Amino acid sequence: MKGKVFKFGNDIDTDIILPGRYLIYTDEEELSKHCMEGLVSDFKSQAKPGDFIVGGTNFGCGSSREHAPIAIKGCGISAVIAESFARIFYRNATNVGVPLLEAPGISEIIEDGEEIEVDMKKGLIISESGKEIEFKKLPPFMLEILESGGLISYLRKQNE
Amino acid sequence: MIHDLTGPLAVESFNKIGTEKVWDPSKIVIPFDHQVPADSLDSTNNHIFMRKFAKEENIEHFYDVNEGICHQVLPEKGHVLPGTLIVGADSHTCTYGAFGAFATGIGSTDMAMVLSTGQLWFKVPETIQFNINGDLKENTSAKDVILHIIGTVGADGATYKSCEFIGDTISSMSISDRMVLSNMAIEMGGKTGLMEPDEKTYEYLKDRVSGENKNRLKAFIEKSNLKTDLDSSGLEIIDVDVTKLEPQVACPNNVDNVKPASELSDVEINQVFLGSCTNGRIEDLRDAAKILKGNKIANGLRMLVIPASKETYLKALDEGLIKIFVEAGALVSQPCCGPCLGGHTGLIGPEEVSLSTSNRNFKGRQGSPDGEVYLSSAKVAAESAIEGKISIPE
Repeated sequence: MKGKVFKFGNDIDTDIILPGRYLIYTDEEELSKHCMEGLVSDFKSQAKPGDFIVGGTNFGCGSSREHAPIAIKGCGISAVIAESFARIFYRNATNVGVPLLEAPGISEIIEDGEEIEVDMKKGLIISESGKEIEFKKLPPFMLEILESGGLISYLRKQNE
Repeated sequence: MIHDLTGPLAVESFNKIGTEKVWDPSKIVIPFDHQVPADSLDSTNNHIFMRKFAKEENIEHFYDVNEGICHQVLPEKGHVLPGTLIVGADSHTCTYGAFGAFATGIGSTDMAMVLSTGQLWFKVPETIQFNINGDLKENTSAKDVILHIIGTVGADGATYKSCEFIGDTISSMSISDRMVLSNMAIEMGGKTGLMEPDEKTYEYLKDRVSGENKNRLKAFIEKSNLKTDLDSSGLEIIDVDVTKLEPQVACPNNVDNVKPASELSDVEINQVFLGSCTNGRIEDLRDAAKILKGNKIANGLRMLVIPASKETYLKALDEGLIKIFVEAGALVSQPCCGPCLGGHTGLIGPEEVSLSTSNRNFKGRQGSPDGEVYLSSAKVAAESAIEGKISIPE
């Protein structure tokens, strides 16, 4: 996976990712229009499919709204990479098919706007200048869930 | 538990799974609280969708727009029992830990799995025990204790952990105060906010639970021994002495950005919000009314009082508290989440400052991303409403 980095700080909460006033929607397309609106007004038009979000510690803290990872998915973000993630967001993102990669030290090495490459199998992030950062590799069943596009699609495939 | 705002996504996912019927209609609770009454055509559609689901699935415990905030309604209606496992599609589900229930917030897909099968996978959390002792000063309350704790451990200080609150401060606290601490466990990343159930728990729940649960409650209080497992791996114990604790305030834009209220006396406020699942109970309204009685809120300031539930509202009416608020110049609204989630009533605009008794002060949480939210107890909120600036009651 290759793409441009949109870098954010520590404690990026779900109100920033998707403000409460948009929780009345459930549609991925509609939600994605408001992605990161707490900090950036037109994130979706800036992000291209395949790009990455990089965060600091405690990414996704706050509300249990699954609308937040759905909005990120709708922007075509291929993975969120952060120092650490909040618990409910971690489960929600996996369940809707957004890979979350835990890479301690990432925010000091990767800059906003940088083109990076992510090797899911090796658990490696390669920066534009060639620096390598390891992330905690995802177990096979999680990769399968993500490749299926989320938990429900995964289960339906299993039942076929 | 699913409510009007996270419910539609959970039900949509449930429909995608394709299970014919929910696993057990008697174990599902649906309160409407976030957007009540409906404030837009989109919310009316969500409400209609959820009412239809409740009817089709024969959900017994469905509470429409007139009952109040989910985390208040569930214990009030007897749906919380010590020793049980409760999941809710709302992060503040951890509130029920105050009754000794392992309660935690989950997302909509996980909830769809629960609706469909009654099962979910869990990782057993490590424990962080807060041993809280000492008598609180008259002008402080449970809110100051939890803000102080969150300020100390940080917004991710308890990530994935079971927060367990013990000590003589907890034992002497009312159920309402205990709920404040458990409610905010999530603000330090906690998976749940457990407390040991006792006589007070029993007294609160005994006439609220029904059928078999009456016996279960009695047996649990008499026989169980719900204590922190001191041999568990990764156990962390934090001692908290509240004897000298002063009123605390969480400053924008993180709940762990906590300062003593005394250092914030130059912060001017546009709106005070007294309410929410954290501090919208009768005890909070009493605290505020005591201070507001015979006083007027500051010129140009707006104060919004939202009782947490119908039961709270009726008690406040009986006790004459609503009259005190209205005479002081406050606006009293029907039980709901109000401005806490920034999507319904009482929003703040750019450059405006809100002092709120709720649980989150994230950027844009109560409306404009250029507004600011401070969090405090009901006591500090009431005194500050009179002064127009963050102030501490005598």
